[in-house]
Amino acid sequence: MNNEKKLDIGMLRRNAATIRLGIIEATHAAASGHPGGSLSIADIMSYLYFYKMNVSPENPKDENRDRFVLSKGHAAPALYATLALKGYFPFETLKTLRQADSILQGHPDLKKIPGVDMTTGSLGQGISAACGMALAAKLDNKDNRVYCIVGDGECEEGEVWEAAMFAARYGLDNLCIVVDWNGLQIDGAITDIVNPAPFDAKFDAFGFNVISINAHDFDEIDYAFTTAENTKGKPTVIIAKSVKGKGVSFMENQVKWHGSAPNAEQYAVAVEEIKAQM
Amino acid sequence: MEFKYGDKIATREAYGKVLAELGAEHDFVVLDADLAEATKTVYFKKAFPDRFFDCGIAESNMIGIAAGLAAAGKPVFASSFAMFAAGRAFEQIRNSVAYPHLNVKIAATHAGITVGEDGATHQCLEDLALMRVIPGMTVVNPSDAVEAAAALKAALETDGPFYLRFGRYAVPVIHNPDGYRFELGKGELLRDGKDATVVATGMMVSLALEAAEKLAAENISVRVVNIHTIKPIDADIISAAARETGAIVTAEEHNIIGGLGSAVAEAVAECCPVPVLRVGVEDTFGRSGKVPPLLEMYGLTADNIADKVRKAIALK
Repeated sequence: MNNEKKLDIGMLRRNAATIRLGIIEATHAAASGHPGGSLSIADIMSYLYFYKMNVSPENPKDENRDRFVLSKGHAAPALYATLALKGYFPFETLKTLRQADSILQGHPDLKKIPGVDMTTGSLGQGISAACGMALAAKLDNKDNRVYCIVGDGECEEGEVWEAAMFAARYGLDNLCIVVDWNGLQIDGAITDIVNPAPFDAKFDAFGFNVISINAHDFDEIDYAFTTAENTKGKPTVIIAKSVKGKGVSFMENQVKWHGSAPNAEQYAVAVEEIKAQM
Repeated sequence: MEFKYGDKIATREAYGKVLAELGAEHDFVVLDADLAEATKTVYFKKAFPDRFFDCGIAESNMIGIAAGLAAAGKPVFASSFAMFAAGRAFEQIRNSVAYPHLNVKIAATHAGITVGEDGATHQCLEDLALMRVIPGMTVVNPSDAVEAAAALKAALETDGPFYLRFGRYAVPVIHNPDGYRFELGKGELLRDGKDATVVATGMMVSLALEAAEKLAAENISVRVVNIHTIKPIDADIISAAARETGAIVTAEEHNIIGGLGSAVAEAVAECCPVPVLRVGVEDTFGRSGKVPPLLEMYGLTADNIADKVRKAIALK
């Protein structure tokens, strides 16, 4: 059915910019959160929710829907902005992020937030749940697909590789993992911590179909997800080379924006830059 | 599967056999982590190979897989040894299963000191404490095969996360299957008495009955209450025991910290404080050995329970 849809890159770019705006609005209002790793996945979130995935805010619990698991749960602002833009809840709700009376928890929560398919936040765990969802679809002979974004630093968790072995062993070709390779984790460059790279060779050795792309190029994104969909017998991993903080000049490739929010002055600059992308 | 009163059978065996039986009528998935022969999920594996998935020696991932299956609507049992289920995968159980309140049944075998020869690394004495402290988790520790079978059915019929604790060692069937009725969350009065109550769980229940029999010969009248559901605990039967008998001894194959003893002490302290003495492994690790000498070494005996009852009565 996706084949009949027309890839409208202009629309996807505008939506990605709106998602980035939501990330900045939310983290600024919360005065905390993780803008850097949220901005790095905004383009892929736009593509998944506004082109690829079969999901509908009118029927958020549809058994046959595609599933999305944000294993790098700290990028919750990107997921929430995407869900708000898609219509699961008002865009204004983003400004309640992390407040005690808000549905928008610091990390994704399937019980509290419409459209969230899996509770995540403790790194390494979402990818296992995504494997379980893909297995469930196979058992029920359903053709829905499961998408899961893991962080590059998250690949330092052993559970990621336990899950990778499982996915390959059981031929979960309805599972597509995305590694958001932005190169930075809280304590510094991933290469300086324990260096989980190379991702392509590792996932290849673990039995995956491996596709490496630029995470901010919609033609490459489309090529990767389409190839994943057409690959049978093994799971696919998309190694998406991204820019942490993408779209806000002063946040790009700066580790300090992993887990800190923009102040009023920075917020104004960021919003101006993002609006120029719309 | 019929179990006969007085037979000796491990609760893991009852779990495996009944799981395979239930598989014929219910659409659920079973996961194991390379221990199917030991946890006895092997019976289900043989009967329903299409619904059995070995996750390999990767318990954390197994719990995550279970969470994903449940989130997609599939009921699932995940089995490993108690040490590696409740212990190694604690955080996956807490964050991926219990926090989203998913319908995952964790069926852990080889709990407690009766693992025997494998020794301390495999003798989980902390699982009841670890599982009991998680919000929304139902924790069940059956005393024999009849109760294990009934607990398994109750878990299958009840939505939400469960921790079921089974043992490796053959223990006597103390329930007559005829007319037996299992009530989740309800303690079971096995013997009435007026001088003290032994509140026991798991394989210690049969030893509690033995202790009560011994004490009867000394004209000490002991009530015996079986607590299969550690959480939610039956505070009513415990407070009635405290009020009516005035002294309580708990008995469990677990560290005396955090498990049944703590749960009972909490319940008693909040309603009607009376002496509560605890029989269990006294805040130490286990060791290798055959089960009978280990039970003696760690005081998991009818004699020790009886001794604690005398002491509790003296404190009244």
